[in-house]
Amino acid sequence: MDETRPAGSAERGRGASRTASGPGRILVTVYAIFAVAACSRSAVQISTEFDHARVAYLLSAFAAVVYVVATVALARPGAAWQRVAVAACATELVGVLAVGTASVVDSAAFPDQAVWSNYGSGYLLIPVILPVLGLTWLRRTGRRAGG
Amino acid sequence: MIDGLAAASIACALVAGVACLLQTWRDRAVGVGLLATAGVVEAVLLAQVIAAIVVVAGGSHADQPVNFVLYLVASVVALPVGVWWSLGDRSRWGSGVLGIACLAVAIIVVRLGQVWESTGG
Repeated sequence: MDETRPAGSAERGRGASRTASGPGRILVTVYAIFAVAACSRSAVQISTEFDHARVAYLLSAFAAVVYVVATVALARPGAAWQRVAVAACATELVGVLAVGTASVVDSAAFPDQAVWSNYGSGYLLIPVILPVLGLTWLRRTGRRAGG
Repeated sequence: MIDGLAAASIACALVAGVACLLQTWRDRAVGVGLLATAGVVEAVLLAQVIAAIVVVAGGSHADQPVNFVLYLVASVVALPVGVWWSLGDRSRWGSGVLGIACLAVAIIVVRLGQVWESTGG
């Protein structure tokens, strides 16, 4: 047991994700909460009342997928996952700004509070803050990896 | 739903969440104290699940049954997962993770009450 422990911990150190350590660990936590919340919410909406607001529910489902990808990519080590995380956070930022604006302009198309409508005001505006924090964090960890 | 248990679990989760965030601020990793606090919150949440099963078995039902079950499951799964993820980082940020998990539990229980008795919304 004791002989294998140092090797095991060294391996863990090498394999640890830079983006999921330190403050990044909290970021992954919040992303995971949104992933679970958005997935279950859109699953319920699409399976029970899809015809009620098709566009809004499909956008919610898309948001759910983006949150899942961002959560996994931030939690995983490696440069490839880092790039996936940047892409996911950027998609999220564009999405929340586009859907947020669309929901303000045409509120009839968004009868229910979807996760990205009104810039996520139904979710304490976390949906619009989260991608900004995510991209900032990925920039910092990416720069540290380069230098 | 039993309002007393819901209020108790929200209060416990909020207290535990604030305690965790306080430890984050004080630069302390997750220790026995925070784990015990999370355990107390989880015990209250499990009591609430049992109470909900008893109430539903007694003939009452939620206004949004599917959402109610999902929130009920989420309320007891969130903390164990949160503890596991927080223990992966033995620094102040682990405490922060547990704090966020506790606050999420409080929100889940608030939503649980809303989908049990939704007043038109």
